Amino acid sequence: MLDKLVLYMQYPFVRYALIVGVLIALCSSLLGVTLVLKRFSYIGDGLSHVAFGAISIAAVLNLSNDMILVMPVTIISAILLLRTGQNAKIKGDAAIAMISVGALAFGYLIMNIFSTSSNLTGDVCSTLFGSTSILTLTQKEVWLCIILSIAVVIIFILFYNKIFAVTFDEDFAKATGTKADAYNLLIAIVIAIIIVLAMNLVGSLLISALVIFPALSAMRIFRSFKMVTVFSAILSVICALLGIIISILAGTPVGSTIVAADVVAFAICCLIGAVTGGVRK
Amino acid sequence: MALLTIKDLSLGYDSRVIVENLNFAVNAGDYLCIIGENGSGKSTLMKTLLGLQEQIGGEIIPGDGLQKNEIGYLPQQNLVQKDFPASVKEIVISGCQARCGLRPFYTKSEKQMAKDNMAKMGITDLANRCYRELSGGQQQRVLLARALCATQKVLLLDEPVSGLDPRVTIEMYSLIENLNREGITVIMISHDIAAAVKYASHILHIGDSIFYGTKDEYLESDAGKFFLMQQKGGEK
Repeated sequence: MLDKLVLYMQYPFVRYALIVGVLIALCSSLLGVTLVLKRFSYIGDGLSHVAFGAISIAAVLNLSNDMILVMPVTIISAILLLRTGQNAKIKGDAAIAMISVGALAFGYLIMNIFSTSSNLTGDVCSTLFGSTSILTLTQKEVWLCIILSIAVVIIFILFYNKIFAVTFDEDFAKATGTKADAYNLLIAIVIAIIIVLAMNLVGSLLISALVIFPALSAMRIFRSFKMVTVFSAILSVICALLGIIISILAGTPVGSTIVAADVVAFAICCLIGAVTGGVRK
Repeated sequence: MALLTIKDLSLGYDSRVIVENLNFAVNAGDYLCIIGENGSGKSTLMKTLLGLQEQIGGEIIPGDGLQKNEIGYLPQQNLVQKDFPASVKEIVISGCQARCGLRPFYTKSEKQMAKDNMAKMGITDLANRCYRELSGGQQQRVLLARALCATQKVLLLDEPVSGLDPRVTIEMYSLIENLNREGITVIMISHDIAAAVKYASHILHIGDSIFYGTKDEYLESDAGKFFLMQQKGGEK
């Protein structure tokens, strides 16, 4: 089995997949903690559907580089969702559900009406589930992903304390003069970037899993924000690595395999949490 | 000049006015209690004082060199915090955040300040504990220590004893009283008129009629007399 792995490693597309997979897992887990705590667990799902809608429009318009359209549209949606946050007439979860389902429907509708490809179901399926697109990355895409990931990690570290303050108690942060709105905006933009990146890896349907599972798993075991964040990043990277390697060896779909690994990790963390929690009390 | 001067203030939301023509002043060292029935606009007043909400009319004039962000705040617990994985240390030091501006990390002196404030609140031994596992009284101390990291001048407390048992309530009140003796101005929202009369130097009663004055004036006023009467009735 090791021989097989070494053999596969010689192919650049396998190495690319590993690099990109690990980076995306890392980035998505970093903000996962904040999103889960802000009750925005499902934003990954909603935004990825928005991105799906944007991709289908880009496909119809025959844009050679669909990122020009997808990135801004997703960022704007993220800002709208997170900014309206707590005081909106339509609450967070309902707003996400609306945008998510609406964008999905429109995306599919547009693809159906203006379809240029003969294999429509296949196209939709691969956009939603990611299918094999992580194995067909070009060198340019890998570099883009590396640069954006580094940017996300640096931003996260620099703003870590501010993100904590704004997540834990937005009112207090605002009242004492922290520019909470600006940081919420920053969080929204970073999330949108991560989600557009992650669509390549697991497809839009499974992005939520990448955002939620590592954070929830870490919250089972650890009791400080720092440890939860660090552990969820490590866990997410390990699951992504495992998932990609297994999918290569066993020929399973990449996205689903990674998520399956995340689910197993969550179950293990629950057990550990139950045991250690029992000991503490 | 007073720390805060409130002039002809009208409060409410979505242009629906709840309280009108509010006039009072808070001087350094005061212990002001804001009392009134549910829905009378106490929390709205507090949010407006904190700048979380726009007033409909009137003015809030800070004085004595008080900056808008020098008001410490002890909020009521919100839903997010109930299962938030954070250690006491992390929460207390986040009170220093506003002072940081764009600086990404806390300085040594800020870390020391967090420690001092934890000591002051008697929660040093809880520093590494998880916030959500603490008792209600301990959580309030943590949030109070955080508020002290944000200010040394004015503290706004929103129902600081709601949900606490009687013994912890008394502890909390004496903690606040000590802070006030050390020179921190306290503005407290409360249901608890008995405690307000006992601890406060000034009382603002909002509701159908608005009363503002010192505690003694309040006890002489109609609203105060009504309260005292009720209290005696209750004790019988």
